[in-house]
Amino acid sequence: MTDLKSGSNLEKVLRAGHFAFTGECGPPKGANVEHLKEKVAHLKGMVDAVNVTDNQTAVVRMSSWAASTILLQEGIEPNFQMVCRDRNRLAIQSDILGVYAMGIRNMLCLSGDHQRFGNHPEAKNVYDIDSMQLISLVKKMRDEGKFLNDEETDVAPKLFIGAASNPFADPFEFRVHRLAKKIQAGADFIQTQCIYNMDKFREFMKMAVDMGLHEKCHILAGVTPMKSVGMAQYMARMVPGMDVPQSVVKRLREAGKGKVAEEGIKYALEQIEEFKEMEGVAGVHLMAIEWEHKVPEIAERAGVLPRPVV
Amino acid sequence: MIVADRKPLKEILEMVGDSKKVLILGCKGCVTVCNVGGNKEVGILASTLKIARAKEGRPLEVEEKALERQCDPEYVDQIKDIVEDYDAVISMACGVGPQFLSERYPGKRFFPAVNTTFFGGAVQHGIWEERCAGCGACGIHHFGGLCPIARCSKSLLNGPCGGSADGKCEISKDVVCIWDLIVKKKMEEGHLDELMIFRPPKVWTTARDGGPRKSVREELVQ
Repeated sequence: MTDLKSGSNLEKVLRAGHFAFTGECGPPKGANVEHLKEKVAHLKGMVDAVNVTDNQTAVVRMSSWAASTILLQEGIEPNFQMVCRDRNRLAIQSDILGVYAMGIRNMLCLSGDHQRFGNHPEAKNVYDIDSMQLISLVKKMRDEGKFLNDEETDVAPKLFIGAASNPFADPFEFRVHRLAKKIQAGADFIQTQCIYNMDKFREFMKMAVDMGLHEKCHILAGVTPMKSVGMAQYMARMVPGMDVPQSVVKRLREAGKGKVAEEGIKYALEQIEEFKEMEGVAGVHLMAIEWEHKVPEIAERAGVLPRPVV
Repeated sequence: MIVADRKPLKEILEMVGDSKKVLILGCKGCVTVCNVGGNKEVGILASTLKIARAKEGRPLEVEEKALERQCDPEYVDQIKDIVEDYDAVISMACGVGPQFLSERYPGKRFFPAVNTTFFGGAVQHGIWEERCAGCGACGIHHFGGLCPIARCSKSLLNGPCGGSADGKCEISKDVVCIWDLIVKKKMEEGHLDELMIFRPPKVWTTARDGGPRKSVREELVQ
């Protein structure tokens, strides 16, 4: 593999044709470095890279770039997330250079949840550029060594470019085309929204494969194990663009008291088994929200260990 | 038009403070059309203020007037002979009005009685919606005649984002996802190809981001 774009572990794993397995970690709501280290310790050796969220749900947390560097110190590869909500193009470009300088090699480009959801709804929203333009910008900086204004950078940031795709948002018929547009803009890998509606996802992936998108980009299927019936109901009702079929809620409820979390993990494991065989799916992105300590068990039972060393 | 909402009475009373005699000055432009600052609303505010102050045992003398427009020096001039008669003037025009008044009559106090909200129109009687963000570089023809700068919560030029559900925006079920409308319109028209065109980052220099703006029409300048 001589022509790597970034040389990140995630890129190497995917390029070697392994079924990738990525994790996720939200930085602390404070400067609690020890807590962050404790959380990510559960992920070490279990996943190929760990997404570090950027003020997710518009709630202020330790900056994603700073938390990403802490992961690096811990010997864990971060997938640095950046949203367009909080930075204009000056800050975006300087942060891209900054994270590369600190040794970060993966970057996930997102629009970001609107600040109205979060804990500072009074904030001004930036959205100077959108996620599509962010993908294109990182590619330009990496491949052309140029800023948005065409001025040259001295050293280009070699980043593996990620983007998100939500097959369950509307209008459904356009979602696969939007995915194609992100790939065209420069996305090297895609992590999808949490999948619960498998029928819809199969349909989405069939369209993506028919369009040959899986040959241009690595598509990782998003999995979040349900911890409780309440969590399932909350996601079904309150999270826009989230599709939790009633059959899933029913299955969790019928598991009975004390057994719901195990049923949630079982459902996730069944999904992972299917994704391993599903055409066009190059891996799984496991978002075990505030459930990091369960990741080793899930990875073990999913049969994705040991993680490849490339 | 420019759309505005009237400020709460409490806030207006606080601005008026100890004034004993005020002029409420309406505007016959946009704020009349959106039923917030025309003759009728001037009358309502005058009565409301008088009653409120009378209750406090501090009667307020209020006079009423409406100018053709408050965004034009020619009309703003029309109160030059009476402005000194008042402790303060309450403008019911958009945010432009009290500024033109303040600039024309230094030393006098002008209070805004409305909150200027957006450029829009009435979608039905009593309901107005935003349509334009005044970005200074209109490109709505790229988006089926619908403006994502003003009408998408994230001003996305390559939408829709992953929060679009059932035609509604992720911020509220009361907000239409404009990208849902743009996509459906283009797909119905068989113009999916236009949606696949990458829209580059917007040049914001013509918007407020480029600093306060000025429009000079040389042929009209004397």
